[in-house]
Amino acid sequence: MRVRLSTTIAATCLLSGAALAQGAAKPTDPQIAHIAYTAGQLDIEAAKNAISKSTNKDVRAFAEDMVRDHEAVNKQALELVAKLKVTPEDNDTSRALTKQAADKRAELSKLNGTDFDKAYVANEVAYHKTVNGALATTLIPDASNPELKSLLQTGLKIFQGHEKHAETVEAALK
Amino acid sequence: MLPGRVLAGFAAIILGMTSVPAHALTIQVTIDGLIFSPVEITAKVGDTVVWRNKDIVAHTATVRGGFDVMIEPDNSASLVLTKAGIVDYYCRFHPNMTGRITIAPD
Repeated sequence: MRVRLSTTIAATCLLSGAALAQGAAKPTDPQIAHIAYTAGQLDIEAAKNAISKSTNKDVRAFAEDMVRDHEAVNKQALELVAKLKVTPEDNDTSRALTKQAADKRAELSKLNGTDFDKAYVANEVAYHKTVNGALATTLIPDASNPELKSLLQTGLKIFQGHEKHAETVEAALK
Repeated sequence: MLPGRVLAGFAAIILGMTSVPAHALTIQVTIDGLIFSPVEITAKVGDTVVWRNKDIVAHTATVRGGFDVMIEPDNSASLVLTKAGIVDYYCRFHPNMTGRITIAPD
């Protein structure tokens, strides 16, 4: 567990590092939209994997909540970028998120049962912390379109709920 | 000038209207931006709480070992209060959302 935890922390630091590095050149709205959308999609994929793998009632319910909420937020995001005629633009932060998710998926694929549940939920806590931190310190302040900023602010409140929810599930698994 | 009989009729209607809610009220709680508003309400046994969800995601009003009301996005859900007491509820999906109902006996 300690090893897994420090891996998560290392990954979190790397990601914050990437987000910060980009802070030098402030992300544009098309990049911010891409990062937020990607973060949601990656969590949906992780949740779908958990639904197919876990037999724990709380873990499955949590994962189903993730799919439902992130799909709702990303639907709004797609409607907004269409309305604003903005094309989301891939960038280093999105790529770092995607890489980190792929690594985590590989790591989780080796685990089963309670080991899987614990690792999935621990990563959900860490992942939401990272993404919420990035939203609060970089993405929301740097977003220039007020509608995009507002959607990100709504997203942050929802994802803070997920972080708390993940912590509750994590505590119950111990 | 309205004839006395009509006035009496109005008075009866007004009395009738006020006597119904005095017995059982409907209390509105709005959910907007993951906040129950008002966050604390007072009610009596027999009153109805209506939660109106203005958010894009579903919420619940849940009490551990008690009620569990699902409130779909852009929709409402209601609950008739049946037991006196102080009830702290939260959203199962976003446990950082909390509210309180103080329920007096009928």
